[in-house]
Amino acid sequence: MAPKFMRILLLTAIFLLPVQAQAVLKIEITGGSDAALPIAIVPFGQEGFAPPEDIAEVIKNDLASTGRFAPVDEQDLISRPHEQADINFSDWRLLRSEGLLIGKVESQDGDNYQVQFQLFDVFKGEQLVGKRYNVPASGMRGLAHQIADIVYETLTGEKGIFSTRLAFVTQMTASDGKKRYALQISDADGANPRTVLQSTQPIMSPNWSPDGDQLAYVSFENGNTEIFVQQMRSGQRKSVASFDGINSAPVWSPDGKKLAVTLSKNGNPEIYLMELASGDLLRITNNSQAIDTEPVFTPDGRDIIFTSDRGGNPQIYKVPANGGRAERLSFEGNYNASPDISPDGKTMAMVHGSGGKFYIAVQDLRSGSVQVLTESGRDESPSFAPNGKLILYATEQKGRGVLAAVSVDGRIHQRLSESGTMVREPAWSPLKQ
Amino acid sequence: MKSLKLSALLLAALWLGACSSNTTKDGELTGDDVQVEDLGAETSGVNGSGADGDDMGAEARVVVGEGDYVGNELNDPNSPLSNRVIYFDYDSASVRAEDQPILDAHAEYLGKNPNISVRLEGHTDERGSREYNLALGERRALSIRQLLMLQGASADQFRVTSFGEERPAVDGSGESAWAQNRRVEIVYTGR
Repeated sequence: MAPKFMRILLLTAIFLLPVQAQAVLKIEITGGSDAALPIAIVPFGQEGFAPPEDIAEVIKNDLASTGRFAPVDEQDLISRPHEQADINFSDWRLLRSEGLLIGKVESQDGDNYQVQFQLFDVFKGEQLVGKRYNVPASGMRGLAHQIADIVYETLTGEKGIFSTRLAFVTQMTASDGKKRYALQISDADGANPRTVLQSTQPIMSPNWSPDGDQLAYVSFENGNTEIFVQQMRSGQRKSVASFDGINSAPVWSPDGKKLAVTLSKNGNPEIYLMELASGDLLRITNNSQAIDTEPVFTPDGRDIIFTSDRGGNPQIYKVPANGGRAERLSFEGNYNASPDISPDGKTMAMVHGSGGKFYIAVQDLRSGSVQVLTESGRDESPSFAPNGKLILYATEQKGRGVLAAVSVDGRIHQRLSESGTMVREPAWSPLKQ
Repeated sequence: MKSLKLSALLLAALWLGACSSNTTKDGELTGDDVQVEDLGAETSGVNGSGADGDDMGAEARVVVGEGDYVGNELNDPNSPLSNRVIYFDYDSASVRAEDQPILDAHAEYLGKNPNISVRLEGHTDERGSREYNLALGERRALSIRQLLMLQGASADQFRVTSFGEERPAVDGSGESAWAQNRRVEIVYTGR
């Protein structure tokens, strides 16, 4: 359907791209809420130059991606004010949109820009929030996400997550037929992907440090599982566990000082706590017949939730973080694994197996009630967004690994699609500190 | 080259830091800092030991030693020893009855040749949790090791590695692919 010249253009673009250029993850909303809030976002004003990013567009996409906002179509905008003085609120009230976002970009010296925005309550005719920034071109997209966070929080009362990042593992087959693996991070909207590790061997289980500055992950680069910790800014990394057997499933403690890991150095996969400064190990589980793995801390740091097949099939258990007696948490069905705990500690996301298929489900930790949120049957690796509202997970589409997200209530579905590579093992970064 | 890039990044970060102070003019708009953290590019850490990693590829196995220290018996396509892959049922680490004679032959061979060692690589199909599958792959490899040791091989002849679902023998989904991926590979590595 695409016109021929478009295809030629695309082909040319592909040839012009440098080798390391990566396709961008793109959010598609595959299901949304009917109660989405209309919001009018006016393209930001600019004076005779093209800013490096269309800030209003980024904000619009961020808000729309949540399924909770319905941005007014650009052609339906009544006028295009950039200053409060130019707003005629009585006109805007006709649009039924409660929120109106305007702003402008001014070119400063060199590569710098001044950006300002104002968010108005249309019915009251009042400003809800407004800010001004100085920003270099390279920071413009990040700034747009930051503004989207402010708008989101102002209108919903919840933390926005548009300035956070995703980590994930990609796999592609190179021209020599061999597989190549990469650990990548991107902005929360999938844009700006960058590779932080590439390898000819599989990479697994990235997990963000609580300050968002480091990733722990598992790499097979030396022929066996090995746990690494890597600084995101310097790229410097360190092997922290390379014992005989399995070295896997690293997850940071909430205070950032320890990793919970799975090691089978003593013959069987058990959960250990590793003090990062000293490397000291404390063994948490002790069950020589069972697989114990996939630890995750409760947000208060007191307990470790993990997967074990000590009862005959994989189920989720809880144990005090300094060791002790384990208590079973999951009871529905014969396969529950890969737990993640919401930031408020109230909800557990997990992979729920049923009839040979695997879904993302949530369990209310107080009542024990379970709700299955996804439908594909090929869903794995759930990871809570840092505001607890969305769960990012890996699934398959036409035989290819893709990332998707679902709201905790199951009403809003997003898919992050990327062409050409398999994407999996997502981990959502913490909020900026 | 790399350090050049790095210092350029650092400079950029410093410069951004210097530039990110607010301009506050009219009282209506209160500016916020644009944090350097938002703007910094993460440096790409390239796997330093890529050469080692390359050696671990499926092809490398063939290169390791056949003819050097591996006896004729191992190279005989008619010997049960030529079967080096043991398959498993879903979520199971139990050896199927039909594979017992193959393991008997390997155990006998290893018992007779205490200088020969093997790597047991456990694998699973793609279904379910990756971390659980990593553990399941190890359990499969350990179950093979136990059977071989019961029949005369000794512990120091084995190295056990699990790849979980990360290195399928066959790409794709469906029972026929999955059945070929639930396996332990017996890799003779020499003395």
